[in-house]
Amino acid sequence: MRVVIDSEKCQGHGRCFALAPELFESDDLGQGLVIGDGQVAPGQAQAAHLAEQNCPEYAISLVE
Amino acid sequence: MSNPPVEDFATDFDHTDPRWVADPYPIWDDLRERCPVAHTNRYGGAWLPTRHADVTAIAHDTDHFTSRTVVVGNGRPTEEAPPAPIGVAPPITSDPPFHSHARRLLQPVFAPARVDALEPYVRELCGRLLDPFVGSSSIDASLDFAEHIPVAVISKMLGFPEEDGEIFRGFVHEILEAVDLPQEERFERFAPIEEYFVARIEEHQADPQDDLTTFLLNAEIGGQPLAPEHVFGSMVLLIVAGIDTTWSALGASIWHLAQHPEDLERLIAEPTLLPVAIEEFLRAYAPVTMARLVIEDLDFEGCPMRKDDWVLLSFPAANRDPEVFEDADKVIIDRAVNRHAAFGLGIHRCLGSNLARMELRVALEEWLARFGSFTLSNPEAVEWSQGQVRGPRVLPITLG
Repeated sequence: MRVVIDSEKCQGHGRCFALAPELFESDDLGQGLVIGDGQVAPGQAQAAHLAEQNCPEYAISLVE
Repeated sequence: MSNPPVEDFATDFDHTDPRWVADPYPIWDDLRERCPVAHTNRYGGAWLPTRHADVTAIAHDTDHFTSRTVVVGNGRPTEEAPPAPIGVAPPITSDPPFHSHARRLLQPVFAPARVDALEPYVRELCGRLLDPFVGSSSIDASLDFAEHIPVAVISKMLGFPEEDGEIFRGFVHEILEAVDLPQEERFERFAPIEEYFVARIEEHQADPQDDLTTFLLNAEIGGQPLAPEHVFGSMVLLIVAGIDTTWSALGASIWHLAQHPEDLERLIAEPTLLPVAIEEFLRAYAPVTMARLVIEDLDFEGCPMRKDDWVLLSFPAANRDPEVFEDADKVIIDRAVNRHAAFGLGIHRCLGSNLARMELRVALEEWLARFGSFTLSNPEAVEWSQGQVRGPRVLPITLG
């Protein structure tokens, strides 16, 4: 499973990097960025789901 | 001066009605059921969507709804008012494509890394405000605490004297709360605000500093310095948007905890839950409602919207929509799934949301570290603001 951000939808609410700091980070403007290839390690699945479920812009998806 | 009482909020709503000011949630819940896009002839004609889906659609639709004026008032925006795309307070009053340039300029200033650097200052400030009340039996959580924090932080960022906070709080009242005054009177009251900012701009031109005012004076868009009205407008925006919003959210959070000892005890026992609880306070008591103007006549969900009609864009009402939030009317401090829209949706997402969240967290941490048990001194004495930013302005708390 990988996390993906739709950068067209992201408005920099910052929920993803607050809830899943090992999967997401902020760029210099405060927009969300996926760290590396976004692969979700086994221990990170819950954080990945939380990030997806708390994005106000529905900009995050989890893909296999 | 106040407006006549509302007969029916579906056809005659008014956000300055005392019932709305005291407790708007039952009004919105009722409208969402029977008239999800309400209308009023007041303010020259305005619409009020209360469903999350409709608020989202309008927030995202910058082709049909302009942000030229974001505060509903008496009368239409006049010919003299700066037009789109810049507007009076860029970027909040700007439309695409100019909006993204004006916003991009300010985004790095409010990005997480820059905000984190301010945390020690906010913590020291909160301690300075609260320490005199340790051992006291009462405090006003709004007047003695919440209202001082955001104003000091934004003053520090702009390079204004910290003690000028009192002046700014007056500004905020003029701009955001006195919406039921005649337009001319509001303009007259704005004059001292303009004088204050022009004086600070001139000081910074003569003696540049490492602060946000000098940053704006030196900033360029497309190789050109910002127009003087752009610099002025952005400074007004930062002061206005940065002050009563966070003050309201902090006050509402303390108001809630003062009445829910079970939530208070849990937060003291589990401090790591605080960021989750803050998101829930932001959802349930979202302070900010924005406005849009209809650009051209259009049909929206069967409503005949006319050019220059207002739309009161109630993010607080969207946050209470049971279609999106389970038990939407309950405050659940460990709510794990919370896609709330307290900071808006779409391109105008609150620029200062990272700063607001940091201030809220630090202020509540410092409050809870000193006051483990507190209640409302008198629920009847709590006074809520009128207008598009909702929060307690008088909040007497009994400590211990």
